[in-house]
Amino acid sequence: MTTAEPTRMGFFTDTSVCIGCKACEVACKEWNDVPTDGLDFLATSYDNTGALGADTWRHVAFLERPPVPAAGEGEAAQDSGIRWLMSSDVCKHCTHAACLDVCPTGALFRTEFETVVVQQDICNGCGYCVPACPFGVIDQRKGDGRVWKCTLCYDRLRSDMVPACAQACPTASIQFGPLDELRARAAGRLELVKEAGVPGAHLYGADETDGVGGFGAFFLLLDRPEVYGLPPDPVVTTRDLPAMWRSAGAAALAVVGAVAAAFLGGGRRR
Amino acid sequence: MTSVDDPRPGPGVPPPATTQDGNAPSNRWAGGGGGRKGRGDGPTASYYGRPVLKAPVWKHYIPLYFFTGGLAGASSTLALAAQMAGNDRLARSARLASLAGTAASGPLLIADLGRPGRFANMLRVAKPTSPMSMGTWLLTAFAPSAIAAGASDLTGLLPRLGRLCGAAAGVLGPGMTTYTAVLVSDTAIPAWHDAHRQLPFVFAGSSAAAAGGVAMACTPAASARPARRLALVGACLELGASRMMEQRLGQAGEPYRSGEAARLVKAAKMSTTAGAVLALAAGRRRLAAVPAGVLLAAGSLLTRLAVFRAGFESAADPGATVGPQRRRRRWSDGLPGRPEDTSS
Repeated sequence: MTTAEPTRMGFFTDTSVCIGCKACEVACKEWNDVPTDGLDFLATSYDNTGALGADTWRHVAFLERPPVPAAGEGEAAQDSGIRWLMSSDVCKHCTHAACLDVCPTGALFRTEFETVVVQQDICNGCGYCVPACPFGVIDQRKGDGRVWKCTLCYDRLRSDMVPACAQACPTASIQFGPLDELRARAAGRLELVKEAGVPGAHLYGADETDGVGGFGAFFLLLDRPEVYGLPPDPVVTTRDLPAMWRSAGAAALAVVGAVAAAFLGGGRRR
Repeated sequence: MTSVDDPRPGPGVPPPATTQDGNAPSNRWAGGGGGRKGRGDGPTASYYGRPVLKAPVWKHYIPLYFFTGGLAGASSTLALAAQMAGNDRLARSARLASLAGTAASGPLLIADLGRPGRFANMLRVAKPTSPMSMGTWLLTAFAPSAIAAGASDLTGLLPRLGRLCGAAAGVLGPGMTTYTAVLVSDTAIPAWHDAHRQLPFVFAGSSAAAAGGVAMACTPAASARPARRLALVGACLELGASRMMEQRLGQAGEPYRSGEAARLVKAAKMSTTAGAVLALAAGRRRLAAVPAGVLLAAGSLLTRLAVFRAGFESAADPGATVGPQRRRRRWSDGLPGRPEDTSS
């Protein structure tokens, strides 16, 4: 488990330049041979993909929203009747990854690039990672039984290649690189976007002090995270695990006490 | 931090649907609410009303195992105590209940796997951060002990080894009753995670009630008094801890208050209460002890089914995920808003 290459690699997804072309979705499907997840009409703007899942490792969210009423001076808001929000979602490759923590087989592991990957030859489909993920990313593939998610193109990384989605992105909305470089770049980009009159712009997942210790794949968003279907303050569930075990230990002692009391209760008749 | 409170999509998309059931397509235009009263958190947004979390992929094998494993665990401890007290008849009933519960547990767990043939991969690692891994190892130690103890009692073979195994199972038993609560709490699902302090006590009480109930139903009344007492104490713990859990949960506890999980909660409480009252009133009569034990065991099973179901409803409700996080976030950002739960 020692790192051959110590640099942590990740994604910076800058949604301010996403044009919603879905090249990332297609590139991911093709490179990783991800099967179809159905051709469903969702009636959710230009998005018939819906959400990340076992068979969707990049998902482009589309929102057609009214112009910002309060901050309507922004140029972007003035020049059309709607405000487009488009964002390519992906596994966050958390610093403190709940999926990895709870996996009982060790199928989920952290790579030398500090990304989080499922070893498909190990996974036995217990499904524990599915409700553990605070972002609803990982899921079980129907008919296969194992869980699947973004690998951050582990195979390409090992060959010094850029992940398929980032390679295919025509606007550099998806940027790949060493995480600390991406964070520095993102901070500069945020300044520019704010100066351009987008007051809601903020970085999501770039803060190492957040509930999951920062994301390996973070975002520049133009509205609240929940608008894009992202949790505003995700926390790795295992942070509370010591408290859970303490409570379970106390409850187990209560069982011992109840059994003992049943015998030691003395001569009262019931 | 944000500029817009309106969660709805803008012009160019159809107007909000007006149906009120909880299915995803029907409320995709509304933020948060999930279509149920009390779920709403004002303008809590989510992406077209979609859940933020994935629903668990576990099937009903899992709550059944929570019941059988809990019954086996508490029965083993009861059997050990009965043996130490010299109550051989009660020890035998409890040992056989443990044998039955344990024998059912393994197949239930394996059947739930997406790749049942790979169940042995559970034994590749021992991970303290994974309650399922810890539980697997606990079960791996407990199950052979409980089965050997029961088999020895049934056949009369190797009595000394049987007693030794029974002692091991009795010591490990209490852990079997409570680790499953940690297993569900250690997820992102609010109705499970936020209950992590009370849920082990709910499961402990539920297991004790079931073990006491089954033992009193299977044991002549003259020897069954400790089983009756355990059943009563367990039922009280189950009911009390459940009540405390529901009160402490706030918004995350909504599934326990309305909907299908809430109906299961109600059924569980009625069954457990009826069983306890019957055990208290007429437990010394075998004619009453049997239905009392059945009611207590049924209440225990219904409790696990209710908690299990509540997790699915909680995961499906984006407001339950986003609401508390948004309030927490607002508070730390110094924006207006109250950190405490505002739902009724």
